[in-house]
Amino acid sequence: MEAIWYAIVSIMLATYVVLDGFDFGVGILHLIVARTDKERRTIFAAIGPLWDGNEVWLIAAGGVLVYAFPRAYAAGFSGFYLALMMVLWLLILRGLSIEFRSKEQNPLWRAFWDGAFFFSSTLMAIVLGAALGNVIRGVPVDATGYFSGPLFTNFMVGPHPGVLDWYTVLVGMFTLLALAGHGATYLCYKTSDAVHDRAGALAPKIWGAVLVVGALTTLATARVRPELFEHLLARPWTWALVLMILVSVVTLFTGLSRKKDGMAFAGSAGFLLFMLASTAAGGYPNILISTLNRDWDIHAHNAMAGTLSLQVGLIWWLIAMALALGYFIYLFRSFRGKVDMDTDDHAY
Amino acid sequence: MNALTWSRFQFGFTAAYHYLFPQLTMGLALIIVILKVIALRSGEEKYNEAARFWARIFGINFVVGVVTGIPLEFQFGTNWARFSNFAGGVIGLTLAMEGMFAFFAESAFLGLFLFGEKKLGPKGHLGAAVMVFLGSWLSGYFIIATNAFMQHPVGHSIVNGPDGAMQKIQLANFWVYLLNPWAIWQYAHNMCAAVVTASFVVAAVGAFWTLLNMYRDHARICLKVGVTVGLIASLLQLFPTGDQHGKMVARYQQPSLAAMEGKFKSSSPADLVIIGQPDVNRRTLDNPISVPAVLSFLAYGSFGAEVKGLESFPRDQWPDNVELLYYSYHIMVGLGTILIGVMMLSFLLLRLNRLESFKPMLWILMFAFPFPYIATTAGWMTAELGRQPWLIWQLQRTAAGNSPYVSGGSVSFTMLGFMGLYVVMGVLFVYLIGREVQRGPFPALQSQSTAPVEG
Repeated sequence: MEAIWYAIVSIMLATYVVLDGFDFGVGILHLIVARTDKERRTIFAAIGPLWDGNEVWLIAAGGVLVYAFPRAYAAGFSGFYLALMMVLWLLILRGLSIEFRSKEQNPLWRAFWDGAFFFSSTLMAIVLGAALGNVIRGVPVDATGYFSGPLFTNFMVGPHPGVLDWYTVLVGMFTLLALAGHGATYLCYKTSDAVHDRAGALAPKIWGAVLVVGALTTLATARVRPELFEHLLARPWTWALVLMILVSVVTLFTGLSRKKDGMAFAGSAGFLLFMLASTAAGGYPNILISTLNRDWDIHAHNAMAGTLSLQVGLIWWLIAMALALGYFIYLFRSFRGKVDMDTDDHAY
Repeated sequence: MNALTWSRFQFGFTAAYHYLFPQLTMGLALIIVILKVIALRSGEEKYNEAARFWARIFGINFVVGVVTGIPLEFQFGTNWARFSNFAGGVIGLTLAMEGMFAFFAESAFLGLFLFGEKKLGPKGHLGAAVMVFLGSWLSGYFIIATNAFMQHPVGHSIVNGPDGAMQKIQLANFWVYLLNPWAIWQYAHNMCAAVVTASFVVAAVGAFWTLLNMYRDHARICLKVGVTVGLIASLLQLFPTGDQHGKMVARYQQPSLAAMEGKFKSSSPADLVIIGQPDVNRRTLDNPISVPAVLSFLAYGSFGAEVKGLESFPRDQWPDNVELLYYSYHIMVGLGTILIGVMMLSFLLLRLNRLESFKPMLWILMFAFPFPYIATTAGWMTAELGRQPWLIWQLQRTAAGNSPYVSGGSVSFTMLGFMGLYVVMGVLFVYLIGREVQRGPFPALQSQSTAPVEG
């Protein structure tokens, strides 16, 4: 039962990264790929109706995490107190910048929110990656089941690491590149004219860098947390997930070189989804590894809620998920196709 | 202030600020649906124009509600880790269900509602508005159910640790937990309050336009719908919802009732205090004005019933801020009564066709809209201060719920950050809303004439 819930939380978080990931990616790139005010408004119109729904995946995943693994939620969130508070500020800034930007004609007002959108999206991408890095590397959980993660210590991976060390910063950089690439394929898919062409020209370069940094990150992960790969090797069913990463990369680059925007976007979405799924499959059952003593690890078995919760939860979760998928398919279908600033109904 | 106090302050501040926005979201969602239904049935386009104006207000309000809401869910883990660990398996149910059932619906249909009117057509667009309404009201229920568990825990079982002490709680009965009787009345009371807030806001804009002699057709609609809905909701707020909610408190939270009433000594019958200043050290109420025996009747349905005073309970069971609790409660009730009076008078004038021409009432309506916000904030402070010293009533003390390794210094730092950010956000919000109200129902015409050349 706890394995199912581990998978549920992982899938919801991965979906969040895929969906909100293109919002962040768009934020990282928009200053470069959109130059005029109309182009900028195109960018905001491309994510405007979607970003809030995308962010809900994070909130829903958080709710499911408290429900299924209360101990892990308690330890993780309190341990990363300062880092998470700054994430909240970034998410506030990001939301406001998307919605407030086009409400005023003043060019300085718009430039300010453009800058805020870039700043918050870029930092959020790095923070998401660093968070994943922390979960892979482990945190100093002690005998009480809690820990306190300072923002930084000596930047080394040791028993008392900070939220930022060389490894988590590397994962953060990888994530920044990958989400920027994801944003570029999304913009190719959703826009036309100059924005489309600039994003299209950038995408192969960014994705080339993603592959190089991705290879480095994989090597570093093998050094920091070798058991992740041992688990993957020992669990043959996970090989399908790893294979899907390769399939996604091929789809992505084929799409990019043949100028098939939808194919490239599907490839970049698949790349993020299966990267995260493989990491979760290799990480199971660990949630928060203790860097002090492996007996103090917080994992799916010792963090799970009561059996009744998990059994009843499965019923309503499936119902809610079916409904949510229905809404999202309807939403994305309603706003399918390229953004057209002149005919679409929007406020951006 | 220590880490615990800072964390309480942080949650109190961020929750009170956040709730300024969802109460309008929830109330306005209902009013927009009403406007759209009237438009569809009567075929009068001005109702649609009014609905579109309120949808623009709704959109701005919704964004601030969303971005200020996420910090609350995070704080259960960041600041209240021992609470999450202890009760997460139970309260996590409604937190997760809120995200899964309510937020997905609300957020997906919001985009369609705000930008999809052309694509969806009138009926489809009404459908989107109804989905946003249902999503926001459902989300309200899940949050109230979570809070109701903390006020009156039901449907759980206790898990003891190896040392025999209570270690955590877990879910024992899904439906008993979800349909907590406390949640039903608290929800009804809370949702009526949200509708009161929204109807006062709608009526205030109607009064503002009327006084300026602008957008007369739309102003008339706002006054009519705002005052009618406002009268119904403010009456329901008192009876039965407020009355029944109060009886719940009288039955299950006797020390809270005593503190809310500033009642130190038990008595039968008990008087209802209208005004007065509690002196906790001397255990008296200074300068009281009270109505004999009414409290006994309101709490227990009989004029002779005994109502216990705070002195009947051990000191460590008392709410830890009797004064603030007393004033929150009295401000809520006092304002609630005044708001009913304002709506009754306005409704009378509306029926006599005199409201639009009777300027004093329009001025009152225009300036009355902050008071429902104050009343709802005071109401929530009553609920939350009345729950003290418990985080979960008689299961976990507030002092046992905060995060062990989060220092007062960390919380005060982020507290200052939130306060600064929220002040800026509040100023921007007021500016943008004020501008929308100025522009009125036809923004496109105005923005075209004033828009600078783009480049």
